Amino acid sequence: MPRLTTPMPGSPKPSEELAGSSPAGDAAAPVTVQGAASAELFGPGVEEKMRITGLNFFYDKSQALYDVSLRIPTNHVTAFIGPSGCGKSTFLRTLNRMFETVKGTRVEGDVRLDGEDIFDLDVTSVRRRVGMVFQKSNPFPKSIFDNVAYGLRVNGGLSRAQVAERVERSLVRAALWDEVKHKLHESAYGLSGGQQQRLCIARALAVDPEVLLLDEPCSALDPIATAKIEELLLGLADSCTIVIVTHNMQQAARVSDYTGFFLMGKLVEFDRTEQIFQAPARKETEDYITGRFG
Amino acid sequence: MTSAGRRRRRDAVNNVMLTLTGLSTLLICGLLFFVLGYLFLKGASTLDWAFFTELPKPVGETGGGMANAIVGSAKMLALATAIGVPIGFLGGVYLAEYGQKGFAFVVQYLTDLLNGVPSIVIGIFAYTVVVLRMHHFSTLAGGVALGIMMIPIAVRSTEEFLHAVPRGLREGALALGAPKWRMLATVVVPAAKQGIITGIMLDLARVAGETAPLLFTSFGNQFWSPGFNQPAASLPAMIFKYATSPYADWHRQAFAAGFVLLMLILTINVSARLILSRSRLSRAR
Repeated sequence: MPRLTTPMPGSPKPSEELAGSSPAGDAAAPVTVQGAASAELFGPGVEEKMRITGLNFFYDKSQALYDVSLRIPTNHVTAFIGPSGCGKSTFLRTLNRMFETVKGTRVEGDVRLDGEDIFDLDVTSVRRRVGMVFQKSNPFPKSIFDNVAYGLRVNGGLSRAQVAERVERSLVRAALWDEVKHKLHESAYGLSGGQQQRLCIARALAVDPEVLLLDEPCSALDPIATAKIEELLLGLADSCTIVIVTHNMQQAARVSDYTGFFLMGKLVEFDRTEQIFQAPARKETEDYITGRFG
Repeated sequence: MTSAGRRRRRDAVNNVMLTLTGLSTLLICGLLFFVLGYLFLKGASTLDWAFFTELPKPVGETGGGMANAIVGSAKMLALATAIGVPIGFLGGVYLAEYGQKGFAFVVQYLTDLLNGVPSIVIGIFAYTVVVLRMHHFSTLAGGVALGIMMIPIAVRSTEEFLHAVPRGLREGALALGAPKWRMLATVVVPAAKQGIITGIMLDLARVAGETAPLLFTSFGNQFWSPGFNQPAASLPAMIFKYATSPYADWHRQAFAAGFVLLMLILTINVSARLILSRSRLSRAR
């Protein structure tokens, strides 16, 4: 896989004092410097879960991502915001290689999960380790129990009792257990929209993913269901690395520890969430979060 | 033209078109009910228990039944399903899920061509490859002919219903680390199951009435035809034989057989539609 050694023309050049907090321009920087920069960005005790370096993404001839480089911290919530079509969902779908289901897509660059190149790993094992929740809830036309058990059965190796126990634990983690425990064997389609989305989260959690990707998981939900999911994410971050794409800036501010801002396929800025929302380093970010465009 | 004039013209055109479309609709429904009613009047009155339980009587004796033809048709349709459905289903899965653009297009086109091959030609084909090899007519040859006729529709309806499964379901399964075959077998095919079954039932109903390919494959038989290796009676071929005979009693029996065949096909059709509408309701939450 070709790897870029020079930044794309027009990619953001962090100014001197921002070098530590904006890995967007780090593609060209030696790894040692980047490591030092991240150490400062992440703070003590925060480890790196995924490292993306010089990522370019193409749909046939048109490029959707330009030289994206950043590191995703373990057991924290990382959010990506930006206007529609900025590439944030595309970025998310490279992290579990889900983009490969779309014909004509191509990726250049390096994506590492605990130091391993995800393109060297078996695609099914990448997706087991990096789970995903989609914008539109997509429960299978099966019972609630069978939905959550699906990934466990695909992986195999568990007894019926173990499956049942993991299903319960996942539904508890997804804050859905109390609402469905009396009807586990009814169709998942009988649940409300918000419950269906939490069921999809439970389904993803059942296989104990190391990273959970969420692609605008609340965009079809009302504020109460949204609040439940946000609360759930905050609780999950103790045991799971969470990456969420959202077009709702308040949501990013509420749930995330780190926030990245995408604009026209480029990662403009990536920093601690307070920093991004209180004192963004770049004008484009400020314009976006203050509602001047997008 | 004044606005009132334009309006009168619009109303007139509207009335003419409404009349034409309405008449056509009435004609279509009328034809169906005419056929149904005629067969009912002529056939149902002759129907008795003996029709379903007894063998045909020799010429000159009245009464008897077509039990052998009913069993023969059932055996041939079962054989046709056993041959046509697995091939058609797997071909449909290939086209919907695995086929690459160019080759899949060629296969789709050939499938449609096969669908357009006249049934008598399919009959000649089965005659050549089965009857000539075995040196006699048989239930097997009839089943093979009907099975070949079932393939194209089974392929295209399976393909269509698989395409209708939402992309989100596929992604949901893949995102849990399911390999593609597993995603297809455990999520996509079950989600399309009711549609696929409906398509196959309609396919079966279509070939149940085929006569031409049976005339020189299963041929016909006035007696029972045990196993799959002998000439066998079937309802459509029996209707043909009895209706073209010079005997009034045979004509009555032919109407009865026609009525039974039509009821059978209608039952399959209606239950297929019921299955499909139930599946749509369940998907609509």
